Amino acid sequence: MAEEVRTVERASKEAFERLAREHLPRLYSVARRLTDEGAEDLVQECLLRAYRAFGSLSAPEAGGAWMQAILVNAFRDRLRKESRAVKEVAVEEVDEFSLYRTIAEEDPFPYSDSLHVDFLRAFGKEDVRAVLKRLPDIYRAPLVLRYMQGFATKEIARMLDAPLGTILARLHRGRKLFERELWAYASETGLLEKEVAP
Amino acid sequence: MSQGERMIPCSDAVRQLWEYLDQALSPEDQAKVEQHLAFCRRCCGELEFAKELRTFLASNDVEEIPPDVRKRLERFVDGL
Repeated sequence: MAEEVRTVERASKEAFERLAREHLPRLYSVARRLTDEGAEDLVQECLLRAYRAFGSLSAPEAGGAWMQAILVNAFRDRLRKESRAVKEVAVEEVDEFSLYRTIAEEDPFPYSDSLHVDFLRAFGKEDVRAVLKRLPDIYRAPLVLRYMQGFATKEIARMLDAPLGTILARLHRGRKLFERELWAYASETGLLEKEVAP
Repeated sequence: MSQGERMIPCSDAVRQLWEYLDQALSPEDQAKVEQHLAFCRRCCGELEFAKELRTFLASNDVEEIPPDVRKRLERFVDGL
């Protein structure tokens, strides 16, 4: 009997290892987008929680989404510890800014027929990461989960354990902040000058 | 929307564009934005740019895992 239990445990451990190894790249990618510092720690926390709860996973084919949800939960708990000090950005502070208008008015590529698309094309993956890093966690997380990972807003509210209204408000401010920081980053780093150089 | 109802200003339409694309507005507000877009060329430009930005974000979703990090995490899994 004891031998049978050990065999089942071993099979379960192997199944978990397979699942974890398969999804490590995705988990790390999401963790890196959610938090610049400590992405590896966050994945470890996720793996530990997932291992402990592995017995509750009834549909193995849903293992990837299940682990991502655990990762976001771990991130949420980390955020909760830190978020007391985070100040909400007033909507009036960001609503006035329009990246579309700013690009049109500043006209960084005078010879371009597709000014706005060229602006976005100037950004590499590292630049995008640097811009996201400028956003406070409470705004970056919903933005990443909605528009980079494709979660529905209701799902994000559940994962971050926040009212839907709060998530929608943070998404709105997060988008505006992201637009503002895209322009600020491009201006500060000379990204657009590189593009117009012959 | 009834014919007598006034069109929303550009500032209101632009503020709601992403929610409009997400279909997260009430049916009434969705219709108001749609009505505005049918008449306002500048806001259509804002709408197209909002779509570009969404595609831009979605296309930047994957970040490669460095080999050394992958090895460390695999060892962590083995040690559980």
